Amino acid sequence: MDDAEAKNLIIETLKSKTNKSKFYLKDFYAFLPDMKKMAVSKLVNTMVAEGTLEYWSSGSTTMIGLKGAGKQHATEEGE
Amino acid sequence: MAKHPTPLLDQLESGPWPSFVSDMKHAAELRHTNPRGFEQQVPVDVIDDLLGLLEMSYEDGTTHWKHGGIVGVFGYGGGVIGRYCDQPEKFPGVAHFHTVRLAQPSGLFYTAEYMEKLCDLWDFRGSGMTNMHGSTGDIIWLGTTTPQLEEIFYELTHTYNQDLGGSGSNLRTPACCMGMSRCEFACYDTQLMCHTLTNEYQDMLHRPQFPYKFKFKFDGCPNGCVAAIARSDFSIIGTWKDDIKIDQAAVKAYVGGEIPPNAGAHAGRDWGKFDLQKEVIDLCPTKCMKYEGGKLEIDTKNCYRCMHCINVMPKALRIGDERGASILIGAKAPILDGAQMSSLLVPFIPADDPFDEIKEVIESIWDWWMDEGKNRERLGETLKRLGFQKALEVCGITPVAQHVKEPRTNPYIFWKEDEVPGGWTRDINEYRKLHQR
Ligand code: HEM
Ligand code: SF4
Ligand code: SF4
Repeated sequence: MDDAEAKNLIIETLKSKTNKSKFYLKDFYAFLPDMKKMAVSKLVNTMVAEGTLEYWSSGSTTMIGLKGAGKQHATEEGE
Repeated sequence: MAKHPTPLLDQLESGPWPSFVSDMKHAAELRHTNPRGFEQQVPVDVIDDLLGLLEMSYEDGTTHWKHGGIVGVFGYGGGVIGRYCDQPEKFPGVAHFHTVRLAQPSGLFYTAEYMEKLCDLWDFRGSGMTNMHGSTGDIIWLGTTTPQLEEIFYELTHTYNQDLGGSGSNLRTPACCMGMSRCEFACYDTQLMCHTLTNEYQDMLHRPQFPYKFKFKFDGCPNGCVAAIARSDFSIIGTWKDDIKIDQAAVKAYVGGEIPPNAGAHAGRDWGKFDLQKEVIDLCPTKCMKYEGGKLEIDTKNCYRCMHCINVMPKALRIGDERGASILIGAKAPILDGAQMSSLLVPFIPADDPFDEIKEVIESIWDWWMDEGKNRERLGETLKRLGFQKALEVCGITPVAQHVKEPRTNPYIFWKEDEVPGGWTRDINEYRKLHQR
């Protein structure tokens, strides 16, 4: 799978998850089981830089979601 | 006059110690008088509202901060922590109140001029309130609004050559003791190691890729001035292999009272005559010292390098010459399972520039933890869950007695196939000679 396909798969997977909007990096590893973890984390960072994804942080933990999706400044239920 | 009455906070000013309430009131006042004429970019009454919000928390016994938010500046996944209050109408000054973390200089050496410039930027674009330094060791700036973040970041990186620190699931801003710059006990150059590894691991510092936070700390010797053993997932503590160097004449001078013990720290009242036996030899944790016929001896094989004797008689005793560091891993604060100190991983490792041996250990531990660590699991918790032996294994370290924390707490021994002569395979015919079906 090349980077463009992987990016698409990430976006589609995130869009299909309707119950929550923010995910751990490990969830992204699971979306792309055949890719090296380091490569997935680099890809995620590229997508943040490009403005497709955004980081959310509690201060101690970082989560990742589609830019603008879900609450911007609070924890969602169950996180 | 105060914008919000704060009787509960005011009470905190009545004790004998300096009070953060007085400091905040002073800072609030300064924002109003603004003697240096800053064009304040965040509300003038940000600190008044902060005091008001805190008073409200004291009244109703609950926090009014929301938990977390989107992170900061372009290209970075840490260094800025979004903070929003849940009473923005009552306290508009702190509707946004984001924290900014800045990498502190190694050993905390600043010029007054540089410090002043940093403060000017923060008075201009933030609340002006700082925490020098936070629990992790970095510079903490408390309270700014979202539109200020990129402005601050641009100014810091372009004008001040100053980077942000770490937050979230990142490598956190590394911190070291002042080491060789001031201290004759330093067994390696802590400032150089801190600076080198900070540069080496920029990607981990700025882009979250760990299961949870990860901290490095560098102590030049076991005195532990940055408390690496308690405050970092990866603690590097200076040590030495050979004998403690003894100046017998100086030992005699301590015994004779010519040199004050502990570099004169026990002043102010009469602590009595220095007693070498009672104050040093009997307090040696391994009882490896003796003083006979006017000669002090140390059995190096049994010395823990605890520093006690050296601290008491620094003119007579010196750290050895074959210097390096020990690596301990897994310390953490009490959030889950209670607090934990780091445990010994590498008893002795060279600690010289470019620190390749140490980088190798760091990367082995990271590879393992990034793979096996659960979300929000500190290294110390992964170690507890999967066993310390696993960490030794991934680093290729042969266990020694010093790795055993407490003997015989676990009665089970699991052998691996390659540890058993002949492995798991057996000759079924030989077996059936002894065992019927
Ligand atoms: C050298 C020989 C043996 C060793 C090292 C051994 C070891 C053990 C161990 C470690 C346990 C677990 C104890 C625990 O969980 O607290 C156990 C339980 C047990 N063993 Fe053995 N065992 C041996 C021989 C035998 C023999 C010959 C029998 C029966 C013919 C037997 C029957 C049992 C039973 C029924 C239990 C469960 C006891 C319980 O649940 O309270 N063992 N054994
Ligand atoms: S940790 Fe040791 S080397 Fe570092 S400043 Fe403290 S006493 Fe000196
Ligand atoms: S450093 Fe500590 S263990 Fe070693 S001889 Fe001195 S007191 Fe004893």
